[in-house]
Amino acid sequence: MRSNLGFFSDEKFRSIFFQTLVVGLFALGLFFVITTTSYNLEKRNIATGWSFLQNPAGFDISFSPFLEFKSTDTHLKVYFVGVLNTLLVSVTGCIAATILGFILGIVRLSSNWLLSRLVYIYVEFSRNVPLLLQIILWYSILIQLPRVKQSLQVLDVFYISNRGLYSPRPIFESGFSYVSIAIVLALISSFLINRWAKKRQDKTGQQFPVFSSSIGLIFIVPLVLFFILGSPLSFEHPELKGFNFKGGLVIRPEFIAMFLALSIYTAAFISEIVRAGIMSVSKGQREASAAIGLKQTWIMRLIIIPQALRVIVPPLTSQYLNLTKNSSLGIAVGYADLVHGFGGISLNQTGQAIECMAIVMATYLSISLTISFFMNIYNRSIQFKEK
Amino acid sequence: MNEMNEVRKPPVATTGIIGWLRINLFFNWTNSLITLFVVYCLYQFIPWILDWTIFSADFKYNYLGEQITNQEMCSRNLDPENGGACWAVIYVRFYQFIYGFYPKVEVWRVNLAYIMLAFALLPLLYAKLPYRKYFLYFTYIFPVIAYFLLNGGLGFTEVSTNKWGGLLVTLVLGCTGIALAFPIGIMLALGRRSKLPVISMMCTLFIEFIRGVPLITLLFFGMVMLPLFLPEGIDMDGLVRVLVAVTLFQSAYMAEVIRGGLQAIPPGQYEAAKSLGMSYWRMNLLIILPQAIRISIPPIVNTSIGLFKDTTLVIIVGILDLLGIGRGTLADTNWLGLSYEIYFFVSLVFFIFTFGMSRYSLYLEKKLKTGINMGAD
Repeated sequence: MRSNLGFFSDEKFRSIFFQTLVVGLFALGLFFVITTTSYNLEKRNIATGWSFLQNPAGFDISFSPFLEFKSTDTHLKVYFVGVLNTLLVSVTGCIAATILGFILGIVRLSSNWLLSRLVYIYVEFSRNVPLLLQIILWYSILIQLPRVKQSLQVLDVFYISNRGLYSPRPIFESGFSYVSIAIVLALISSFLINRWAKKRQDKTGQQFPVFSSSIGLIFIVPLVLFFILGSPLSFEHPELKGFNFKGGLVIRPEFIAMFLALSIYTAAFISEIVRAGIMSVSKGQREASAAIGLKQTWIMRLIIIPQALRVIVPPLTSQYLNLTKNSSLGIAVGYADLVHGFGGISLNQTGQAIECMAIVMATYLSISLTISFFMNIYNRSIQFKEK
Repeated sequence: MNEMNEVRKPPVATTGIIGWLRINLFFNWTNSLITLFVVYCLYQFIPWILDWTIFSADFKYNYLGEQITNQEMCSRNLDPENGGACWAVIYVRFYQFIYGFYPKVEVWRVNLAYIMLAFALLPLLYAKLPYRKYFLYFTYIFPVIAYFLLNGGLGFTEVSTNKWGGLLVTLVLGCTGIALAFPIGIMLALGRRSKLPVISMMCTLFIEFIRGVPLITLLFFGMVMLPLFLPEGIDMDGLVRVLVAVTLFQSAYMAEVIRGGLQAIPPGQYEAAKSLGMSYWRMNLLIILPQAIRISIPPIVNTSIGLFKDTTLVIIVGILDLLGIGRGTLADTNWLGLSYEIYFFVSLVFFIFTFGMSRYSLYLEKKLKTGINMGAD
């Protein structure tokens, strides 16, 4: 039976009608925004287009560990320096946060009441205080360290001052490339050995000393090669000259503050995820593995953690994404990441807000998508496999 | 006779305080060693922190009994041996921390808004409130009242938003962001699950785009790009521009949380509603959303906590929230070098709000777990 509205009550018609309406309104809005924007840009004399990327930046970047940056370099290079700095703090932060988070999550479940309470207090404080505040706080602690002349000396080679951490810079001489090739080969072969050993154990039940053989391959072989080639590695030590150190490797306080704040903040979230994951493994699993005589540490490694990982990995992925996005807060302490370097200084110098913001947003989107992609692959690899 | 029937008590070492200590602190020798180590560290740390924050600290007067008006008068700057924290900076600048640069004559309006906010939140947070219905009416009109009260108009003198600051801005951003993001988030969640491919695709793209970029880029977008998009003559207030960015950001996260709730509704509920002849909107408003929102309240509170913390990012685009006032105070030569006191205070204020919210979400989770049966079985 048709109602008196006639064709309007037809589902197919309605669906097409509403969707056309939405698309039409959207196009209208887009048209309006584009026309007003181009009018505004013209009136304010703001250039458009991408040619500004080739113009010299005209400012210095204090922290660029991978690329040499001079103020005559282009805005495009500012962008690459920014991306590398964002990736550097994100990757190191993710690694540190994961390690710290796993340790804290396990400690939180410890039978020692005092220890687990301490971790609880840490988690609550670091989760409930804004990250930006923590970054600024770490930075203010770091720049209150002694001046360069009175810098703290650790092990005679590291110098800690309010300008950052100075350490010897390794100088690779000819021949060192053989050592690095050996390390890569050792890593690949130990990975292959691990796979082969697992297969063999599945088939025959015989175990192979994977751990010790990998250690031997990765450390001893390159080390022997290193000495045979006559130690092709030397260090350039930082030296105090005038008001600052010359030479050596310097890690700026901006980076250290970002790294500490990001990893400590995210570790609190990860530890709660790990705790929930471990608690999700049923008690019977632990009892069963104890009944067949596994040691406590083995129960954790072989039974609990692999099952807990299934629960842990999806929320862990979103923590990695959060950490990467949070690394954009470096602007508050002057860490030259993507947002501060390219989206901040370059934008202010060129005035081309739309282009700069579009590039910055697109870059973050692609980083986020890449992380999700790889974590999804990893997630699939640890899920239950139906046989 | 009595001796025969007497129940033998469990060994002393397994019950009471001693039993608890044995099980939880001294179970085996590694455990005991850890306990002793932790106790030693606490023994070193706690007296020091108590001394710094309370016993040796200046609150209003320094150790000479003078009222402190700048950092040079703090006990620890007069005599490094003799002082801890200098809380006088909080005391002196308390007005700015709470109200920003709001004119002193008009400050009763802010106070009234704070009190009204508490009353407006009451029926939302506590479901068993007597006369909850009437309180809810107040909650609905509160945003309008608050707007006129804080901003001016209707006989109140206008106080432009660049005079707002401190906790006022933090609360305005947090509350408005959450309140506006809620309906938008519901629409986005429904849109993403819609059967109409164009609408679903647009909502999905919007949500994933917002979730894929950092909030700070959206704030830049609001600050730098939004004015370019608008025709001449429309001059948006700085706080409003930031609010647009914060709301867009929060609504995408809210949408995902509500979508999770929608997915948990068994299909039978949809089918039953449709079989009664309900339209799409009636079905969602009367049947689906009330249930979906109810189960997603804990994660909604959790994303709201996230937003509340993230409001601090507005200092990067030059808006003075609680943290912004703190940094501004530090830049004042009168209060140079008191960063620990100021950051401690700001952290404490944020901690009280966010910890309160997270406790509340835990309480809700417990309540929902016992009181709900979705009819899934």
